[in-house]
Amino acid sequence: MASHTLSRFMSSDAVYSFSRSPVAVMSAIVLLVIVLGALGAPIIAPHDPYDLASLDLLDAGTPPVWAADGSARFLLGTDDQGRDMLSAILYGSRISLVVGFASVMLSLLIGVSLGLISGYAGGRIDTLIMRVADIQLSFPAILIALLIDGIARGLLPRDAQDALSIYVLIFSIGISGWVQFARTVRGATMVERNKEYVQAARLIGMGPSTVLRRHILPNVMGPVLVIATIHLAVAIITEATLSFLGVGIPPTTPSLGTLIRIGNSYLFSGEWWITIFPGLALIALALSVNLLGDWLRDTLNPKLN
Amino acid sequence: MASFIAKRIFQSIFVMLAVSFVAFALFRYVGDPINNMVGQDTTLEQRAQLKEQLGLNDPFLTQYLRFVNHAMHGDFGTSYRQRRPVSELIESRLPATLELSFVSALIALAMGIPMGIYTALRRRGVLSQSFMAVSLVGVSLPTFLTGILMILVFGVLLRWLPTFGRGEVVHLGWWSSGLFTGSGRLSLIMPAFTLALFQMTLIMRLVRAEMLEVMQTDFIRFARARGLTERAINFRHALKNTLVPVITITGLQLGSIIAFSIITETVFQWPGMGLLFIQSIGVVDIPVMAAYLLLIAFFFVIINLVVDLLYFAVDPRLRVQGL
Repeated sequence: MASHTLSRFMSSDAVYSFSRSPVAVMSAIVLLVIVLGALGAPIIAPHDPYDLASLDLLDAGTPPVWAADGSARFLLGTDDQGRDMLSAILYGSRISLVVGFASVMLSLLIGVSLGLISGYAGGRIDTLIMRVADIQLSFPAILIALLIDGIARGLLPRDAQDALSIYVLIFSIGISGWVQFARTVRGATMVERNKEYVQAARLIGMGPSTVLRRHILPNVMGPVLVIATIHLAVAIITEATLSFLGVGIPPTTPSLGTLIRIGNSYLFSGEWWITIFPGLALIALALSVNLLGDWLRDTLNPKLN
Repeated sequence: MASFIAKRIFQSIFVMLAVSFVAFALFRYVGDPINNMVGQDTTLEQRAQLKEQLGLNDPFLTQYLRFVNHAMHGDFGTSYRQRRPVSELIESRLPATLELSFVSALIALAMGIPMGIYTALRRRGVLSQSFMAVSLVGVSLPTFLTGILMILVFGVLLRWLPTFGRGEVVHLGWWSSGLFTGSGRLSLIMPAFTLALFQMTLIMRLVRAEMLEVMQTDFIRFARARGLTERAINFRHALKNTLVPVITITGLQLGSIIAFSIITETVFQWPGMGLLFIQSIGVVDIPVMAAYLLLIAFFFVIINLVVDLLYFAVDPRLRVQGL
């Protein structure tokens, strides 16, 4: 059974179009390398950046290995604390990916639920949800995320802020991104609602929640997948931006954005590698996810934009 | 048309009320306002007296209405950290942000539209292809990284441009401008380009897509059949018809430019409202946050309204439909 499903998948249009698109294949490889590096960070990373005892200030500011006074122990050099940049980037991309995925999941959960309800129920509920969506959409997502982050900081006790910052970030980025999901799902639901299979399901006595979950949801997931992919890039960049602005992940467990922030102050003294390498990792991550999202959009639905 | 405008104005007022409600809730319920205003050695009676004086014991609605009333008169309270009226802080920071935003918008338009036209007319050209490739990278490049890369190249390596601040400013009444001094203009170059880059790629792609679409339409073929020159077809007929969506997006983008200036201002330590806002989030300075929120919402609402009205001016079909 499983091999049958696999062979069907391998001969599908999606796989064919994937193998014919060099851009998609390249992006997938880059993304895979980053994800594997992040997942395997504890095994691959030459040093443990969280282990403060292993840091030696004498190693601080070592340039990358190919520079004149570089050291083979630190391939990409070290930061101001003597932390190995390569290890910090591996661990950092872990946090960036976790925050990105989790916040997209949250946006997806909220957006798809509200979109289904809005499109299926119609009437006042629909108007209310869509009005809220309109208002939120008239402000840039980053501003909403910043605001929620700021409010959460005010509400949380000061000593718990650093420990909870990752959840605060996931929450604020998640909330800032639900609208696109809700709008798309609402539109698709309104189309599906009047189709015969839905009427048949209602006729045999299924309740609204069962109809929505079992019948409509699977039929609106295509565009949701595309939005989720493109949104992953947005979420990763938003996390990096907030961390760079100093309201995201604290320097004790740095994400890519935090690493760039730390390095930014050393740019002027010539220690460019502290900023540039995490920056390159971030660009590679965001660009590959974006390109994959573009490819997925063209493949699943050429008309969707 | 009148009913459309009335509806839009009504909607704008609704948005402002909703935002002011959030701002008020923020101000009143996040952290204790009294604790933030007084020192450690203030007695309980003094605190209670201050609370009564400020009207914090009044019913919720009364407090909210008072907040809105004060805000409409430009009174946003006193900053918890800087002990100065928030309106004064904002007034001193506003010119920096607006100058940066408008110059960026101009750059984005002045470069984005011609690049869009060019890439649409010479689709296969080497220059067009490279514009498109660069724009793809531009979309994936976070604003703060663009800024850092520019600082590294033009500030640290080449030492051509100043990397932080506004340079010398000239005071015109309460407005401070960096446009009239050499160092002010030099300081503006990198922040303005950083902020403009993303919008520029967006406008370029939009103009290109619209131009390509319009070039397929019958009236362009008819214009060809009439034997008009390429120039007249491209600019008098095609370009004119691409401008409606361009106006909308540009208008809406002007709002995001002001919001995204938060990031640019942080990278270049540009003394504008965005930097003030980020600093106030860091130290939970609620009155500043609330005021910034209201002001940005106000800008957005006004911009949206103007964009809607511009539609009528640009597209005569809407006027007929609206009647």
